Amino acid sequence: MSADEEPLIEIDGLKKHYSTDEGLLDRILGDAETVKAVDGVDLEIAEGETLGLVGESGCGKSSLGRTMLGLEEPTEGSVYYDGEDLTELSSAELRDYRKDLQFVFQNPFASLNPRLTVSDIVGEALDVHGLAAGEERAERVEELLETVGLQASHASRYPHEFSGGQRQRIGIARALAVDPEFIVCDEPVSALDVSVQAQILNLLEDLQEDFGLSYLFIAHDLSVVEHIADRIAVMYLGEIVEVGKTEEIFSPPYHPYTRSLLSAIPEPDPLWEGDRIILEGTVPSPINPPSGCKFHTRCPIAHDECSEWDEHPDLEEVSSTHGIGCPFHEEIQDEVGSSADSTGAESTAD
Amino acid sequence: MSHESQRTTTTERGRIRVTGFDTSVFEDRDERFEWQQDESTVSRDRMTRAWERFKRNRTALVGLAIIAVMLFTTIFARPIAIEGITIQPFSLAPFDPTNSNFGALNQGPSAAHPFGTDWSGKDILSRVMYGGRYSLTIGVITVGIALSVGVPLGALAGYYGGWIDEVIMRLVDILYAFPFLVLAIALIAVLGQGFWNMITALVLVVWISYARLLRGEVLSVKENEYVTAAKALGARDRSIIFRHVVPNAMAPVIVQATLGIGTVVLNAAALGFLGLGLEPGSPEWGSMLARGRSSLIQGQWWITVFPGLAIFLFVLSINLVGDGVRDAVDPQGDTSGGAGVRE
Ligand code: SF4
Repeated sequence: MSADEEPLIEIDGLKKHYSTDEGLLDRILGDAETVKAVDGVDLEIAEGETLGLVGESGCGKSSLGRTMLGLEEPTEGSVYYDGEDLTELSSAELRDYRKDLQFVFQNPFASLNPRLTVSDIVGEALDVHGLAAGEERAERVEELLETVGLQASHASRYPHEFSGGQRQRIGIARALAVDPEFIVCDEPVSALDVSVQAQILNLLEDLQEDFGLSYLFIAHDLSVVEHIADRIAVMYLGEIVEVGKTEEIFSPPYHPYTRSLLSAIPEPDPLWEGDRIILEGTVPSPINPPSGCKFHTRCPIAHDECSEWDEHPDLEEVSSTHGIGCPFHEEIQDEVGSSADSTGAESTAD
Repeated sequence: MSHESQRTTTTERGRIRVTGFDTSVFEDRDERFEWQQDESTVSRDRMTRAWERFKRNRTALVGLAIIAVMLFTTIFARPIAIEGITIQPFSLAPFDPTNSNFGALNQGPSAAHPFGTDWSGKDILSRVMYGGRYSLTIGVITVGIALSVGVPLGALAGYYGGWIDEVIMRLVDILYAFPFLVLAIALIAVLGQGFWNMITALVLVVWISYARLLRGEVLSVKENEYVTAAKALGARDRSIIFRHVVPNAMAPVIVQATLGIGTVVLNAAALGFLGLGLEPGSPEWGSMLARGRSSLIQGQWWITVFPGLAIFLFVLSINLVGDGVRDAVDPQGDTSGGAGVRE
């Protein structure tokens, strides 16, 4: 769906490096270190599409989401929206684009100011952009609350009076207030109970249909995005290692990292006997990322040369919509318990 | 039986169908949950809840009561007139605190003069009652001005960081490096004695602690997602700082400021004692102590003990109230605004 259309948003070589230099002393001594949170990412998001962005914590996926919306200053690269390079805009010019580009946060307990009422939280966007005032503002806030499945009477309450799922709905109402085109959802359900997760995911899905939204949906787990994403990008240490349509990600050929993420999805069938590739260790520090392919320290099929390359391998097109950043991906062909195995299981279960 | 439907939908877009258990159970529970909430918490904001916690703190209430009594006596000690118009006609103090009575010098406590009289025959009870005006206004005004300087500067330093932070905090460090009295003596030597000069000297040393404290809080509060959310909405820095950051960073500063009133009164008394306070002879508690120093040796204890007690009682009460405020606004650090992953 995205290949032939002009993308809504295009990320081009985006980099976000953090410097650890905190004060004058560090600067004088020059012992600052650089954290390469996002290290050259290219992505496209089409209108009405949901792109899932998956990776372990610390891989830079949140930084990518924040940097692309200009919440953090990018180190390098561009983000094109509507033909405009957002990274070139001044903060005043960017303010106008905030109406189109919104954000839903991970932690519903930290993303709502505890001192403001729901009406002030949701209405802030209306105030900032002068979209509605007085009576109209109150009506709009109530309408938004009802859109996200809350009651209009909740407007005068404070965030602490709501459960996690309800708070996340408030956060979504706030993002919707400006009538956006595109929303970055930064792990919007990972802080919620499983039973509530599905409700929020369904809400996001419904809103997408009703308002024609596009999402960048960030998650640390493939199982969350498999239902909601049209396409998925897998991120590791600041690099996109695989990108493709959801079904392409969930079936071979795989990137070795995707393969291990897939086998980490809990399998509800206790009789299922598949290979489980368990990732060893934690994500290496992005301050001193491994040389060559950044995944080589944990890669089950790592070759000697993988660590010797000058840089991380580029994405290799295996189909027009599917790219894999590993030249040896063909060595991983076996199925993961996902689609193929379970279709097998289905026939036996019936 | 249940997993097959989950697994086969793997790569299809669409609503999530949770099978294997009945979602209506949850929906029902949600409904009931909300209904209970309606009953228990009818939109009480944080101030109301803090006040409720404060009310349960006995010692803090005692402190508050003492302060209220002192405030009352000091206001009604002598009439207050502004530009010739009397706005407070009552006069509780038995004598004019500035009136000398040379017939009754250095008298001990008696029925006519419960706190005795001083070297020029002034009634000490009246002077202590009236003197509260100086001490209390110095305390409140100093803290007020110090807050209005320290809070914006601390907020700017913490929020923007960089060179702004560097400049403000180095200034704070430099002021911190001076002992308070040295700074105050130097300043009063330059400016001369007087009410406002004394306040200036006090403000100079008090604001730095508020600025430093708030800066530290702002550093952590500004990392909260609701601040990023406000940025994502396109809110301006000014509105982010004063709507989202400062209100959530103020709790420790408010506690500090409450306690600070006591410290300022004490410092003002110290300056008065050193002869650097108000004009000699004014019935300020610290100055009264200083004047009574020489008579203490002659056994005239009442001249120093009563103003000393007044200072002690006031500072103690302020500290009790300050601790109460701390417990009320900051139960287990709940007000840092983050709330974090609790619950
Ligand atoms: S390039 Fe080498 S180390 Fe990297 S994923 Fe492929 S096989 Fe593993």
